[in-house]
Amino acid sequence: MVGWDEELLCRFYRTMVTIRFFEQTVEKHFLAGEIPGFVHLYIGEEAIATGVCANLTTDDYIASTHRGHGHSIAKGADVSRMMAEIFGRKTGYCKGKGGSMHIADFSVGMLGANGVVGGSLPLATGAALAAKMLRQKRVAVAFFGDGASNRGTFHESANLASVWKLPVIFLCENNQYASTTPYRSSTSVEDIADRARGYGMPGVIVDGNDVFAVYEAAKAAVERARGGGGPSLVEAKTYRIKGHFVGDPELYRSKEEVQEIFAKTDPISRFERQVSSEGSLSREKLDSIKLEVQELIDKALAFAKESPEPDPSELFSDVYA
Amino acid sequence: MREITFAQATLEAMEEEMTRDERVFVMGEDIARQGGIFGQFKGLPQKFGLDRVKDTPISETAIVGAGVGAALGGMRPVVDMHFADFMGVAMDELFNQMAKIHFMFGGQRPVPVVVRAPDGLTNQAAAQHSQSIEAWFLHIPGLKVVIPSNPADAKGLLKSAIRDDNPVIYFEHKRLFPVKGPVPDGEVLVPIGKAAVTKPGKDITIVSYSYTMRVVMDAVSILEKDGIDPEVIDLRTISPIDKDTILNSVAKTRKLAIAHEAVKQGGVGAEIAAIVAEEGLDYLDAPVLRFGAPFTPVPFARTLEAAYRVKAEDIYSGIRALF
Repeated sequence: MVGWDEELLCRFYRTMVTIRFFEQTVEKHFLAGEIPGFVHLYIGEEAIATGVCANLTTDDYIASTHRGHGHSIAKGADVSRMMAEIFGRKTGYCKGKGGSMHIADFSVGMLGANGVVGGSLPLATGAALAAKMLRQKRVAVAFFGDGASNRGTFHESANLASVWKLPVIFLCENNQYASTTPYRSSTSVEDIADRARGYGMPGVIVDGNDVFAVYEAAKAAVERARGGGGPSLVEAKTYRIKGHFVGDPELYRSKEEVQEIFAKTDPISRFERQVSSEGSLSREKLDSIKLEVQELIDKALAFAKESPEPDPSELFSDVYA
Repeated sequence: MREITFAQATLEAMEEEMTRDERVFVMGEDIARQGGIFGQFKGLPQKFGLDRVKDTPISETAIVGAGVGAALGGMRPVVDMHFADFMGVAMDELFNQMAKIHFMFGGQRPVPVVVRAPDGLTNQAAAQHSQSIEAWFLHIPGLKVVIPSNPADAKGLLKSAIRDDNPVIYFEHKRLFPVKGPVPDGEVLVPIGKAAVTKPGKDITIVSYSYTMRVVMDAVSILEKDGIDPEVIDLRTISPIDKDTILNSVAKTRKLAIAHEAVKQGGVGAEIAAIVAEEGLDYLDAPVLRFGAPFTPVPFARTLEAAYRVKAEDIYSGIRALF
């Protein structure tokens, strides 16, 4: 895109493709019975984590959802340790104690994926409170879904953050489905961004499939937070391409609906079209990034599979600090 | 030794810890401008400012959740629940977040949060302002639960809780706040996980904690007149439970009674009885006695509340029947 730094464009693409390839690999091996537990995929929503986290440094915090692989990757987590965690191996981020729903990397400010819908909201609010009290210039981003916007955690956190002017960004990924329940039958407002007004903060709607738009919207919110202006709500409109979890029979929608929407909204193909039509990034460059990412994911998969499972004695470590 | 109230003892603990460590702060409803409904925060804002003694909206979920987030961000928060009953509003944050984060993320970061929870019967406050819910938290790995019975322990346990890297639930009985007792000058630290043998004895072990310790001591003075010499253990911490002190005592006295204000069913007494049945059955010469509230919500009317309360006469007559 004209006017965009080439390095940033490459970063956008690398991050989105890493998330996509990582997730496709996880899906394949979950379906093959090699990955236990629940897996919730982020495919089709890559532009959001990518656009938001490109505005953050490793000192900033994010708190994530049960659909957290994309957020972790975008925040800079190591894909090999992530893959090992998902496979339940000792070398994983949480030594095999968390799995897909609980990946965390505190060293890059990733405060954890959360198995409870809305769990991220007060945690990020508290991390922002700590940053403010310690006079650090850090900001915190709470990723949450449209379903979580109906939970008390959203309303209480938004109010508290606004009253205390905390450097937090409430980043709603509106993917139209709360588990199996469609947005229109579960949420009282047309746009979740409208709820910001009730808490005295800006509420912005952005096309969540457009990494450039997400980047710009998040940038404004991050600058506001970092400058002491307090919290913001950003609603990124997207669509959940995969089921709630891998194996979801998806009785609530048709395959045709999904395919039709994905053909129009896929943030990666859209990015490719945008950059190549303007010649901002060459086809060769895009292909070389893809190859490089594929190699990384292959390595991550091999690392996970070769890693040992935790020893049963590990059951009793980390219960207390 | 000087005598101060339980509330004053907790205040001293807060002052000393907030002075010692700048990362310690406290937040909750009505704590700063009002000083807490039991006076347990009076004077703190004047010393430390409203930034470190924070009045919050009525938002238990956000208070506990933000406390956890602040701990992850490098602070050491103390959060006040106003009444222990209101912890029900924040249970996800208490047991899915606070208690699990250290384990579930493979020990990456400790969660040093103290939750202060005023509990117990006082002033006919009825079903939603009087409960003793400590047993809920005994069932959750990752939490520590302390419950002092006197000013010295109140101070020492609160200081230890603030210094602990784990989440600690600190139950403080509302009826104890005005009670005076001796507190040593200087540093007072009571170790978490260690019960106290309050009164040595040889005829029966009585285990209790919190306000009920006072009820137990009343019962003991009557028992002594009858020539019965009980050993009394103040649990002080209910998770982790100090099994050794209990089992050693029962091995000596060969009888066991447990008394608490919470309902008997599924209570701390049930856990202690089970521990002794599993690990010390041979020591027992008599059935285990449990004294607790009946399985009913806390009532309002004076006569009903009195009937609900565990009384010294009940403990006396229950134990007397064993001899």
